[in-house]
Amino acid sequence: MKWSRRDVIKGLGGIPILGAVWWAGASNAVSKNRERTAILEQLNIQPSLPSAVKAISGDPIRVGIIGFGIRGEQLIRALGFATKEWLEEMRLAAEEDPNHSSLEDFMNQDKLNVKLTAVCDVYDVRADRVINSFSTEDNKVIRFRTHQEMIRSGKVDAVIIATPDHWHAPMAIDALENGIHAYVEKPMTHTVEETYRLKEVAEKSKASLMVGHQHRQTLSFQTAQDIVTKGVLGHISLVQTNTNRNDDNGAWNYNIEDEANPQTIDWDLFLGSAPQIPFNKNHFFRWRKWWAYGSGLSGDLLTHDYDRLNCVLQMGIPSSVMASGGIYTHNDGRNVPDVLQVNMEFPQFSTGSSQKKGKEKGMTFVYSATLGNGFNRPTILMGHDGTLELGNRLTVWPDSSSTKYADQIESEKMKPSVPVYSYNPGASVPDAVSSATSQYFADKGLMWTYINGARVDSTFLHLREWLSSARNGGAVSCGIKEGFEEAISAHMAGLSVKLGIRIKWDAAAQRIVPIEGIDFDEVLLSNT
Amino acid sequence: MTETKGKWQLKHSVVFMRVLIGWHFLYEGVVKLYNPDWTSFGYLATAQGPFKPLFLIIAKEPIIGWADTLNWLALMFVGITLLLGIFEKKGALVGIILLALYYWAHPPFPWLMQVNVEGSYWFVNKNLIELAACMVIYQYPTGQYFGLKYLFNKKNEQTKTETL
Repeated sequence: MKWSRRDVIKGLGGIPILGAVWWAGASNAVSKNRERTAILEQLNIQPSLPSAVKAISGDPIRVGIIGFGIRGEQLIRALGFATKEWLEEMRLAAEEDPNHSSLEDFMNQDKLNVKLTAVCDVYDVRADRVINSFSTEDNKVIRFRTHQEMIRSGKVDAVIIATPDHWHAPMAIDALENGIHAYVEKPMTHTVEETYRLKEVAEKSKASLMVGHQHRQTLSFQTAQDIVTKGVLGHISLVQTNTNRNDDNGAWNYNIEDEANPQTIDWDLFLGSAPQIPFNKNHFFRWRKWWAYGSGLSGDLLTHDYDRLNCVLQMGIPSSVMASGGIYTHNDGRNVPDVLQVNMEFPQFSTGSSQKKGKEKGMTFVYSATLGNGFNRPTILMGHDGTLELGNRLTVWPDSSSTKYADQIESEKMKPSVPVYSYNPGASVPDAVSSATSQYFADKGLMWTYINGARVDSTFLHLREWLSSARNGGAVSCGIKEGFEEAISAHMAGLSVKLGIRIKWDAAAQRIVPIEGIDFDEVLLSNT
Repeated sequence: MTETKGKWQLKHSVVFMRVLIGWHFLYEGVVKLYNPDWTSFGYLATAQGPFKPLFLIIAKEPIIGWADTLNWLALMFVGITLLLGIFEKKGALVGIILLALYYWAHPPFPWLMQVNVEGSYWFVNKNLIELAACMVIYQYPTGQYFGLKYLFNKKNEQTKTETL
């Protein structure tokens, strides 16, 4: 058999093409990897791992729930107790849509060493729901009329407070003074005075206090902290956070139940220190819309965003706050604003600088909210060297005029339009300069964090940390310091929008700077 | 004569197409092989259409690791067979399966949101067209004209039936 040149070309012509394509693909991928690795090494960002929590050993911790409304039910579920009604609802939802994983997630949740022993709710229907769902042969859930009775009953080691805001501090103070651990929903307090008082009590008490900002457990925020600390963004001068909602539920117009009436609701107990008015179902179910029991956007939603950023930046209480807003989208008898803009000033704050010493210092934190539009405005941290989009996913873009990255930008190793770092804990690997497709992976919001690729309820992690601290001692991630900063900042915003003036903080005295002739708490509680 | 010429043109066109598709598949496979961080997770997790649940299952641990490896292996298999002109029917078949998976993961149906696409498509997209091209390669193997198959044939054939 003789081979002609023609035979070689016809028979083996594919080989050089194969070699060329292989070489091109390999060298391209390797050089991209190298560039990316170089950038990553320079940035040196360490994706966070979940912090270890000491096990809750020994007898189960006996927990009482105060307030089994929407949030109370979620908290108790995170603790490992789901009502029969919810389980059935989720089972049907999963049947209808196989991607509906709430039930599966709940079932996969680790079991905590706790016992639900007591309930306190002014509404019979809700209290009965707890008793019917969670009482077992050897553990009958007991209903107490008041929180005082529950705290002094000897039946609980810890209480979860998920009541309207005006009850948060009185209950938390009473629990801590009696050595009962307390988990209190946000905002931590309803007035300025009780914020000061709760701080004193919590600092003296041996019991553990946790404020319900569960997103402190979100790993992306801990990674964001690393990004800021390592100076990846340079000096951050502006932080923008937002609330964008455009539905009835988002505007606190919750369902009003038919069973609710003066016989099934202990109205006087609900009112507590609030102005005495006749029975009103609307106020009972939709209390977030009135200053008497809630605090509107500043206490309800600003606190989330403020604490998220305080977790990342540890900026503390602003030196001053100015806010404005009005009732523009839901003129339905409420007296809290539904559109609110808050500017918090931190003139001394710095995240480090890549420029001449002294040129950069100070930051404004902007919270912008509307309940009349649902466009998703992301949370962004704007630094001289880069911009960080903060969510369950993190994305960092270099700034076109960055000092730190000037060389890379000029040599086009970095482009302002292309992220230099992207963190997606839901993806199987955190990747720099993320692939185009993974960018489209849906952000799951604040309720979830990802541990080794698995979805975990951050409220569960938050409760577990609190209970572990209750049993073993040790700090919690959102204790009195963080809660105090959150509550004071929110109250400053509330005061500013109500008074129409700048509210200042005296860091040395740890008090809001008094204004002659004005009683801050009277202003906060007033219905105008 | 015109028939022969037509056949000649068809043969060369199919060879040309085969090389291009092999090139495309091989490059995709090699790039993934040499990128340790590459994963199909994002692509699968954002899947749409009737087979969405299936793709979401594949996107989960530990299946995703296997899916990633199988994907670049399959891509390279298609690339190598089509470029070298050997086992090209098997290569074309694997190519058809891969492209069908890609097509159904993000089908260009008007009622689905089109994410991450660079053109405008209505039921038909480039994946589907490349799939059809693989069908042609499957039906009309050309390795005996250009490829390793040519050498094997030459060994066995002493009488030349075709001199084109």
